[in-house]
Amino acid sequence: MEKTTRVKDKSLSKERFLAGLKAGLPVAIGYVPIAVAFGVIARTLEIPAAIAILMSVFVFAGASQFVAIELIAAGIGGVSIILTTFFVNLRHLLMSATVAEKLPALPTRWLALLSFGITDESFSLLATSKIKTLSAFYVLGVILLPYLAWTSGTVLGVLIGGQMPSILESSMEIALYAMFLGIIVPEVKKSNPKLIVVSLALFLSSLLTWNPFLVLAEGWRIILVTAISAFIAAKLFAGDDVNA
Amino acid sequence: MLEYLIIILGMAGVTYLPRMMPLVFLANIELPPFWKRFMNYVPPAALTALIFPGILSATDSALFALAGGLTAMILAYQKFSLLAVVIFSILVVFILQLGVQL
Repeated sequence: MEKTTRVKDKSLSKERFLAGLKAGLPVAIGYVPIAVAFGVIARTLEIPAAIAILMSVFVFAGASQFVAIELIAAGIGGVSIILTTFFVNLRHLLMSATVAEKLPALPTRWLALLSFGITDESFSLLATSKIKTLSAFYVLGVILLPYLAWTSGTVLGVLIGGQMPSILESSMEIALYAMFLGIIVPEVKKSNPKLIVVSLALFLSSLLTWNPFLVLAEGWRIILVTAISAFIAAKLFAGDDVNA
Repeated sequence: MLEYLIIILGMAGVTYLPRMMPLVFLANIELPPFWKRFMNYVPPAALTALIFPGILSATDSALFALAGGLTAMILAYQKFSLLAVVIFSILVVFILQLGVQL
């Protein structure tokens, strides 16, 4: 009796894992050209191949890796590089907290493992998923292919070192933006409060980018725009259902 | 080489902590209603900040990037799958860039 239940659980886990893989595929496609570009640029900056690959394996955070190899090549000290990385990636704090809301009670070691895969893109998929409570196997599936794409793309970039046709690479750089738009449009379509949040964020993001007084690093801009817009909306739409 | 490794480990640490802490400490906690609403509005707000104005410099020309973005928006509005949205947007930008080269 117990055996059949376990077999059933196992097939359910497998099903969820496969569904996660499928959901993560567009992210993986978007990561390949960026990871290849990272490998190529690392080689042009004369960063050792092993270092570029290890960075993708252990850090797994696009923008900050590009910044880091530029800083390394410029001879900037390690402490400054690590500090810069911290600020560039601090936005994941908010994203991770949002994903946490959609997870069931899980053992800490599972949460510690899954949290490694929280990126701008996996967050976007997970936080807007139609599944109300995400299972651990689904999340694992979502983050696995992008991680493999990121690491193997870096290896590829390091190996080919500038041989990729630039027109293809440049075209593929629209991929992640297309994915973000593909996620946000259906969200906004079904909810007026969300449309207002988006308009507010659009305004704030433009204001923080194009103003004569203040030059903000991208990481800070994303954090400020997100926190302020979400805060105002939460105050504004106090009566609305959370699922609106 | 060792110095590089230390930098990577430091980067890994400061990147992992902000990812890990909320998940480990918040996953099993019920938030007050206000913060639940706040979290509900984080995805659209964050996505907007991630898209704009970054998309303008995504490809060689802001105009082509806009065309790719517009393709994505129209297809998403028509309920195409995320994969189709991504692939068609890449195609549109690729064809436009090819057209300019010829």
